[in-house]
Amino acid sequence: MNVGVEKEAGAASGAVDGRPALLELRDLHVFYGAIEALKGVSLTVGEGEVVALLGANGAGKSTTLKAASGMLAPRSGEVLLRGERVDGIKSHELVQFGIGHVPEGRRVFARMTVLENLKMGAYRLKRPDDADLDRVFSLFPVLAERRKQVSGTLSGGEQQMLAIGRALMGKPELLLLDEPSMGLAPLIVRQIFEILKEINEQGTTLLLVEQNAAQALRLAHRGYVLETGAVVMSDEASALLSDPRVRAAYLGEVAEQAEEKG
Amino acid sequence: MTAGVTAPKVPSAAKLRKRSWYQQPRWHRLFALVVTALVLAQVTGAQGTRGDLFAALEENFSGGAVWGWLGLAVAIWLVREFAHELLGRYTSRVKEEAGRPAERPGDLTPSGGFSPAAAPVWLPALLARTVRFVTDVVRGQRLYRWGSMAALLGLLIVLPLMVSTFWQQVMVDQIGMFVLVAIGLNVVVGWAGMLDLGFIAFFAIGAYSSAFWTGGLPVEPPVELNNFLVIPIAVLTCLVAGVLLGAPTLRLRGDYLAIVTLGFHEIVYLTAKNWTEFTGGSRGAPQLDRFSVDLGFWSYEWELDPRPYYWLQLAFVVVVLLLFVRLEHSRVGRAWTAIREDEVAAAATGVDTVRFKLLAFAIGASTSGIAGVIYASKLGFINPEMFVLLLSVLALSYVVFGGMGSIPGVLIGTAVLVWLPEYLRDTVDPQDRYMYLGGLLVVMMIYRPQGLLPSRRRQRELRMAEEGSGSADALGARPGGAQA
Repeated sequence: MNVGVEKEAGAASGAVDGRPALLELRDLHVFYGAIEALKGVSLTVGEGEVVALLGANGAGKSTTLKAASGMLAPRSGEVLLRGERVDGIKSHELVQFGIGHVPEGRRVFARMTVLENLKMGAYRLKRPDDADLDRVFSLFPVLAERRKQVSGTLSGGEQQMLAIGRALMGKPELLLLDEPSMGLAPLIVRQIFEILKEINEQGTTLLLVEQNAAQALRLAHRGYVLETGAVVMSDEASALLSDPRVRAAYLGEVAEQAEEKG
Repeated sequence: MTAGVTAPKVPSAAKLRKRSWYQQPRWHRLFALVVTALVLAQVTGAQGTRGDLFAALEENFSGGAVWGWLGLAVAIWLVREFAHELLGRYTSRVKEEAGRPAERPGDLTPSGGFSPAAAPVWLPALLARTVRFVTDVVRGQRLYRWGSMAALLGLLIVLPLMVSTFWQQVMVDQIGMFVLVAIGLNVVVGWAGMLDLGFIAFFAIGAYSSAFWTGGLPVEPPVELNNFLVIPIAVLTCLVAGVLLGAPTLRLRGDYLAIVTLGFHEIVYLTAKNWTEFTGGSRGAPQLDRFSVDLGFWSYEWELDPRPYYWLQLAFVVVVLLLFVRLEHSRVGRAWTAIREDEVAAAATGVDTVRFKLLAFAIGASTSGIAGVIYASKLGFINPEMFVLLLSVLALSYVVFGGMGSIPGVLIGTAVLVWLPEYLRDTVDPQDRYMYLGGLLVVMMIYRPQGLLPSRRRQRELRMAEEGSGSADALGARPGGAQA
């Protein structure tokens, strides 16, 4: 499925938990003008994993994701996909390597219908794969119902589903998700995370940026915590969930915690 | 709240909700109808003279004609406003009757039989149903689409034989020329969503290429070529020019891009005007070759007669259209639409936004270049004043008027807007023609912003903007997607 990426023998690619690394970021430095947004971020995503990237607003989560998907060029550092350097490759070309990006704020093509959006997602293929379409429609039955509807008139949750479905149409091996829970009701968030779990179980690796730390860590295998542009913590998701520092900083008030458990 | 600051007075809601009589839509409609009647009286009445500006107004507004128009307007208004319910009941009965499906000719019999008393209802309905029945049958035929296209093409081929020489000239020098330009501009503005205010620059480049390669300019070309051979060269030149303009401006959107294209137009125009050694300066190229074919056994030269030029142009338009219609529904067309909608999302789905934006510029420019070559050769001379900025603006208005992104719309829009000032030549003071054109554009943009024959997508955009769930910005200069 991966187009044109050959695994170099002896290429240094760290393995995680016995899984070969799919994506590896090494010492990334990204600048917005004079502001250093990422101050040496390193992380690894193993094949088949779900990795959550947590942090407060402005910690550099989205920037990390954009650097990984080629939307931003890092000033220094390396982005490795299956051990091969891909930093500096433009985002539309990275799509060819099996990276699907669900951008922040959904960004569906508001004036196209649901079906047109999904077909657009398969742009890198010569023609949309009907099997992929069926898969998206079985994951998100509501999209099948609304396939003729103009996507700008969908609800926020449906638009998020469409954005994920659109990315899936490009047959990604690695799906980068930027805040899929943004501005959505808790019930819809739970629904979307269940579907994300299903997508992962079907074999797609996920790298997830989230504000909703509790929800993200429950889905993820591992997590990284970013603070002002650097990784300050990384561990198994369950360990992070019970870490008192994480609980205090990102899982918020006790009340919310109780609600999440209940 | 600090002491000493009084709370602002809040007007009562009832007061805000109150509407004076002149704010009611009913009176707006009357006003619009009266204005239309006055304009029609002036347009259809006597022509003005330059010496006495008000002679025509006086004559047109004192005779019986103006009262006729006013009477008609008021009558329409009265019926619309006061017999509304009656009219509504009648039309709904007609619509109900007309809506009955008919699968066999026998089904066409009115529901209540042919009773003479109910004739006002079933007669128009029967007419509508018959027309629909026949068109349904015809449309069911596989050849319908090609047949109607061929019929239209046939009509267009014989059209110049049926009109006066004056209109033949208009069809060639203006309509045909601007149709090609507008088709090219439609790619840039309508499909890729980039506002280009200097599109005539490419037209000029095409015309000057023609002049250069046929030896019409002060400088000698390396080889003197036939106009037919110049066309590919002009296309290539405009392609390069399009990329040259496009490459540095790719980061710009909307208004910024518009200003840059405006500047580009001025650069081309002033170069043509001031680089006397190469372009002949403001005198231009006074003597240009015409199109000619010499195959040895058969030769032909396009002369002063506009008709052969018309057919030549028609051939080019048809070829360009065949290519573009295919392009619109190809991966390229979809990429343009995606870029227009949301560049970030387009890139995220694998669209090379840079390449496709450049491609739009290049394709649009080269189409305009073809028009330029034909224009130069048809007129037999060119000078910089033929490529003023006004033409760029007019070309854009043709595209918007017809319906951005819709090929039939752009064709009709161009034809109507180019025809109108020529038609008005006989009915109003020729100097005032563009005033009426401007008025028409204003009215059109208020009441039918999607254009004459809008594309389906464009209609959708405007409807969504009206409902408040999207933006109908022509430039596509929106910051983001659905997330507002």
